[in-house]
Amino acid sequence: MALPTYADPLERAWYYAYIVICTLIFIFLIAPILVIIPLSFNAEPYFTFTSKMLSFDPEGYSLRWYNELVVKGMQSTGATGTAWWSDMWQSSVWVKAAKNSVIIGFWATILSTVLGTLAALGLSRPEMPSRRLIMAVLISPMIVPIIIVATGMFFFYSNPCSVIGLTCGTEEKPWRLTSTYLGVILAHAALGIPFVIITVTATLSGFDQSLIRAAASLGANPRTTFFKVIMPLILPGVISGALFAFVTSFDEVVAVLLIAGPEQQTIPRQMWNGIREAISPAILAVATILVVISIALLTTIEVLRRRSDAMRGVTGR
Amino acid sequence: MAELTHGDATPLTTADGRPLKAALAAAQAKAKWRAFFLVLPLLLFIVITFVVPIGQMLQRSVYHDGFSKTSPNLAAWFDANPAGTEPDEAAFAALAADLVLMKDNRLAGEAGTRINYSVPGTRSLFTASARGADELAPPFREALTGQDAKWGDPLIWVAMREAASPWTTDFYLTGIDMQRTADGGIEKVAESSRVYLWLYARTFILSAVITGICLLLAFPIAHMLATLPMAKANLLMILVLLPFWTSLLVRTTSWIVLLQGQGVVNSLMVSLGIIDDAGRLQMIYNQTGTIIVMVHILLPFMVLPLYSVMRVIPPGYARAARSLGATSWTTFRRIYLPQTLPGIGAGVLLVFILAVGYYITPALVGGADGQLFSNQIQFHMSKSNWSQAAALAAMLLAGVLVLYWLYDRLIGIDKLKLG
Repeated sequence: MALPTYADPLERAWYYAYIVICTLIFIFLIAPILVIIPLSFNAEPYFTFTSKMLSFDPEGYSLRWYNELVVKGMQSTGATGTAWWSDMWQSSVWVKAAKNSVIIGFWATILSTVLGTLAALGLSRPEMPSRRLIMAVLISPMIVPIIIVATGMFFFYSNPCSVIGLTCGTEEKPWRLTSTYLGVILAHAALGIPFVIITVTATLSGFDQSLIRAAASLGANPRTTFFKVIMPLILPGVISGALFAFVTSFDEVVAVLLIAGPEQQTIPRQMWNGIREAISPAILAVATILVVISIALLTTIEVLRRRSDAMRGVTGR
Repeated sequence: MAELTHGDATPLTTADGRPLKAALAAAQAKAKWRAFFLVLPLLLFIVITFVVPIGQMLQRSVYHDGFSKTSPNLAAWFDANPAGTEPDEAAFAALAADLVLMKDNRLAGEAGTRINYSVPGTRSLFTASARGADELAPPFREALTGQDAKWGDPLIWVAMREAASPWTTDFYLTGIDMQRTADGGIEKVAESSRVYLWLYARTFILSAVITGICLLLAFPIAHMLATLPMAKANLLMILVLLPFWTSLLVRTTSWIVLLQGQGVVNSLMVSLGIIDDAGRLQMIYNQTGTIIVMVHILLPFMVLPLYSVMRVIPPGYARAARSLGATSWTTFRRIYLPQTLPGIGAGVLLVFILAVGYYITPALVGGADGQLFSNQIQFHMSKSNWSQAAALAAMLLAGVLVLYWLYDRLIGIDKLKLG
């Protein structure tokens, strides 16, 4: 927005004030995320910039917190070579948490993306019955407070069969989904579904339904139509929905707190511990790694969005 | 296909001789089912893993059999005698019989816990009396009140009458700061122990404050993004989207680092001489901390809907208003602002809904006075008072669902967009 030539002095002043205000708000948004990156290389266990850091003295910086991340929980820090690596892979607390986060996130994403995409295809058809109600139900995991969702799941998963009056396993030790990977994956899939629905239906809203009829008239069966015509067009939307679902799972802590057992500790769960106990700069090292991951994800999303717009013929957003 | 002609006596048919109307209806029904079958797997998934668990939890808020499963004799006496009846010898005999039952099943603790929810400090009464239940002999009234005078307390009898049936409204009564009186009525609890209604109100007030601040901050930057040339706007948009994509815990951690006593902001102000070292500001682990961090986390949810509305407002309207003599303020108030209302509505409702249910941020940076209703639910969960947690969850859920319904009514769920 440029200042029009007819602006009077007051408007001029207001215009510059507006730019300053906007700049400050942008700083408010981004500064907290950027400030932790240099602090994670602090050589001292402080949360402020030391004088050595401010004078860019190399001694003020170190990788000790990253090192601490890796070695925490390891059996033999003195080992070298392959022994060290296998020890790290097996017993480092944060490596284990990262593995769990990826495993749970991956399966939750697959589940919510497949189910969500199918449902979005159905929901975008004009003949879909009671669409508004069904949509409201499917979006609700995003709206209902997470503590309520997690509490409900905790009760349900500790004895899933009892709802329909059955006893699975034994009376004393019923079959349960709490403290299992499956339980956490199902919970995260449910939480990720609204994001898949929203992004895929948004992509489908610009989808030309006559392409399906064109494919059919040219002799394609529904399967071929889906894989050769529909899928390539909605793929960017599906992928960005999947990324949203993955990030939702990757960042989720409350359901993990209530449902997961000690074997299913994820990165956010470890961070939660770290923040609640004495907070150490090692947390900042994790945070920095996560910021780098989110920058990568954001870039992917932006590229996908532009491609999707270009494919659908939307110009200039 | 048969040609459409008006006034034709013979009904239109398809090539295979079926009436066209029926064939069309069948085809439409088929299309309907096809669409529905695409949605069905997900619908089932959500119902089983999400709706049923919440429903089951809500049932817990009105159902607690901790006392009733070991109190058949008392339940029979309560059934035979209306509320307000003075407990007679038969009542104490029933109590003694049930205490024996509790002892034999080792459920005195559980039964006592249930009564303890209504009358605090009574759990040990049950465990102690159950321990000696076998030695109890008539007259039971004297035997029991002799053991502990509390057994004569009418409040305990009111609580036991309520708990003798597994279905109860006790947990909702607690949730609205009410309790039962000795004569079977209900009253407000003492001023000093009223917790929940005020917390409920404060959750909504704090959410409103957070939403208001978000709107104030989001409006100018959404306007700037919407009016800048596309290339610059996309670049600045990253500053909004990066926080949106960054882990909630990372952002909360950053704010702890920035705002704590020895943190970046305080140190900066000390070194600039704005405050002295002893006067470091307490900006986190209190209500201020909750507000600052939640505003930062929810701001993108306000910017994005505002931006998508502002982007399509034609700039010509404002220019026309100016050319007709309106001042810049009038143009903003009368022309620009009304056109942004759909975006304001969408952003405000979404942020408000999300804020009301927030748990993680208040738990980590809220300290004592920055806690929200969700944290109280978690508190009861951690104390294993599941029915109370469920009742509070139901209260919060009711508030959120009203807002959700409002959102669907005013904006439409299918208009929700991300990024």
